[in-house]
Amino acid sequence: MRLELCRVLQQCRRGVLLDLGNSGVHSLELPGCLLYTRCGTVPHLTHHTLSTLKHLPAATQLTLDSLGEHQEVLEEFQEGVRRFAGLNDTLLFCSLHDSAVHHPPGYTTNKTVSVWGSGGRMELTVAQYMALQKAIRPNWYQSMADGETRQLNPARKRVCKAVDRTLSHLDECLSLHFKTEELSGAEIFGVVEGGDVSEERVRSARETAKRPVGGFVLDGFHTAAMSQELRSQLITAVVKELPENKPRILLGVGHPEEVLACVEAGIDLFEGFFPFQVTERGCALSFSYTLDPNPERTVFERNGSEVEEIPQHRENETQENWEQMTRFEINLKDKRYQDDFRPLVVGCGCYCCRSHQRAYLHHLLMTNELLAGVLLMVHNLEHYCGFFCSLRGALESGRLDAFKRMVLHGRV
Amino acid sequence: MAASTERQPDMGAVNAGVSSTRAASSAPPLALRILAECPVSKARACDLTLPHCTVNTPVFMPVGTQGTMKGITSDQLAELGCQICLGNTYHLGMRPGPELIEKAKGLHNFMNWKNNLLTDSGGFQMVSLVALSEVTEEGVRFQSPYDGKEIMLSPEQSIAIQNSLGSDIMMQLDDVVSSTITGPRVEEAMKRSIRWLDRCIAANKNPDRQNLFAIIQGGLNAELRKACLEEMTKRDVPGFAIGGLSGGEAKDDFWRMVTLSTDYLPRTKPRYLMGVGYAVELVVCSALGCDMFDCVFPTRTARFGTALVPWGSLPLKKKQFAKDFQPIDPDCHCPTCERHTRAYLHALFKCDTAAMHHVTIHNITYQLSLMQAVRTSILEGRFPEFVRTFMRRMYPSQETYPSWAVEALASVNITLD
Repeated sequence: MRLELCRVLQQCRRGVLLDLGNSGVHSLELPGCLLYTRCGTVPHLTHHTLSTLKHLPAATQLTLDSLGEHQEVLEEFQEGVRRFAGLNDTLLFCSLHDSAVHHPPGYTTNKTVSVWGSGGRMELTVAQYMALQKAIRPNWYQSMADGETRQLNPARKRVCKAVDRTLSHLDECLSLHFKTEELSGAEIFGVVEGGDVSEERVRSARETAKRPVGGFVLDGFHTAAMSQELRSQLITAVVKELPENKPRILLGVGHPEEVLACVEAGIDLFEGFFPFQVTERGCALSFSYTLDPNPERTVFERNGSEVEEIPQHRENETQENWEQMTRFEINLKDKRYQDDFRPLVVGCGCYCCRSHQRAYLHHLLMTNELLAGVLLMVHNLEHYCGFFCSLRGALESGRLDAFKRMVLHGRV
Repeated sequence: MAASTERQPDMGAVNAGVSSTRAASSAPPLALRILAECPVSKARACDLTLPHCTVNTPVFMPVGTQGTMKGITSDQLAELGCQICLGNTYHLGMRPGPELIEKAKGLHNFMNWKNNLLTDSGGFQMVSLVALSEVTEEGVRFQSPYDGKEIMLSPEQSIAIQNSLGSDIMMQLDDVVSSTITGPRVEEAMKRSIRWLDRCIAANKNPDRQNLFAIIQGGLNAELRKACLEEMTKRDVPGFAIGGLSGGEAKDDFWRMVTLSTDYLPRTKPRYLMGVGYAVELVVCSALGCDMFDCVFPTRTARFGTALVPWGSLPLKKKQFAKDFQPIDPDCHCPTCERHTRAYLHALFKCDTAAMHHVTIHNITYQLSLMQAVRTSILEGRFPEFVRTFMRRMYPSQETYPSWAVEALASVNITLD
């Protein structure tokens, strides 16, 4: 694995990861996001519907939450999740938790972590954790970590303990990793913990960077844990301790505004759960992210009333029962879309927008039809991946500020 | 050997509810070409040309109740080779309502479906789904389950909704009674269905681009069935359905009513057996001369995790499949079988709806390819042999063949030894 940086502005990095995976043919553009899956499947999608997407991420995320319970089956299968789940030739990154699912606190001990599957909680020691990775056979995986500091306001003593435990887990994982033939060619990503305590964050990063890891996972920064200001400060402090030639994955952050701030603080990769969450609440991502709109779209905007519809963010739409709804999306359950025969986003080239109209999505949601989730997932994935694609373009051309204004305010 | 004049249906007509020309005397937008008839049984293979495309019969029509095929996109459904699917007038009439679908320029456009659509009349759902419904000469009166309002579904109303939907085949409103009841109510329902047929024919605003099928009633009474057949076949409708069956009656009664109906129905018009979809019923009733079938079973059972295979079915959620690394059917070429194993589907059913989509795709493929195999065997003149092979694969031994199927097949000269 080789990281080439083509543009660095303060901490903000535009680059590409090369020679990835067992065959070394993969590359991954940075900054970017991972393809979110549960049990090796993008929620709601089959290979056919997934393959309609143009900007699919080159790396797929697996979680032990959704795979842990299938350990015995995977061990008998012997060929890893890629073959088991019928995945394409994609890079596989395996994390501990599914960030779209809430995990109850209090189940981490000094020797174990817990994952939650359909059959309930499963406790893992380092040995069991590594046996599971051996059965899954990812290209990258995070080391076992104490992420209890994900909870709000942990005591400083607890934060310190989490950093210590996570480092000791990492050492044990590394020692088993190099003895496991099935994991040769795979990379361990060390996990940086430390909650909201700057000194602990720095200590965690500095110690982790001393180990032979392939990259870094920044844990405990998720949206509910802290303000973006604090998150940016801590990430800035952390990345100063990390070598420049290894990728940094941030867990638990997917909101576009936070993504932009974290990219500026030095993050390379994000999870892909955000478009899934938007889908589950019956919403469609609708924010603007194109600095150079294609000519057709521009004509649309000049001629019609579309221009006010798409980029504007309606704060009061969150009033209903959708507290978590962000200003980057529209709620298709809203009655106003009942007879709206426009695509979800005018000018969007995704399968859903090419084939269907808002009124149809509204109907599918009102009748609880399964196709609603399929079509929204297709659109939201395409939109989110398109956002990352444009973000990279903006970084290359040195127009990050204009891009931010477009995303956050709907205009340059 | 074309059975009817091969008039191309009017392909240009798309916009529903615009034309009000009465074209009762002109040819319907349907042409049936009989390609082959089995020299032994009553089975036949036809090309049924409808406004959106030609349908190869015998055909199974998957049911997309609310303007969607249960998590399958319209592109996926078309790629599986589906040429015609169903929408339900009762559901679509309630939500989103005929006005909205008319604004959307018809159901095809609303759901982005390029091939044919058949809509039912709504009567069956009203009687089976709505607790408070009352049938009078005027129509079916019922209370809306959504807003409690009292609604009257008359033959005119049903056709008006179906005209708004713009389906290629519409069904008449019939007076549906349970197939297990007997007595004067059956006769009343049959006679009323004839009167309602006439009202439906008169109400059809688009006879030039929407076909209206009559529905043969008469319960399990052969005399009533015959009387209904005699009256209804006097009407110049483009096709006929055999109704009032597949409602829990004895299979012995079921097949006798089917074969009686096909004996009396005109050879030149398509015959649609409503609500039939188990593999053995499809094969036997094809032998009895039916051309079209529909049933929610294959797609519903898929969502519960059951995959259909030539030797029966696989309940994939059962533990026995957890470590079964074969595809559902090693001989199946559907997208699911080409990519996924039983073990993976078993695991996926625990966490995501995509598992349902995979099995729905497989089951639709199973139904469509079964009918394709029936058709090919008729075209190649080896249908009886096909039936024997099918039965041998489906049942562990001859002793386990259902007796009704053996008798029904014997009645059309197909012996199973």
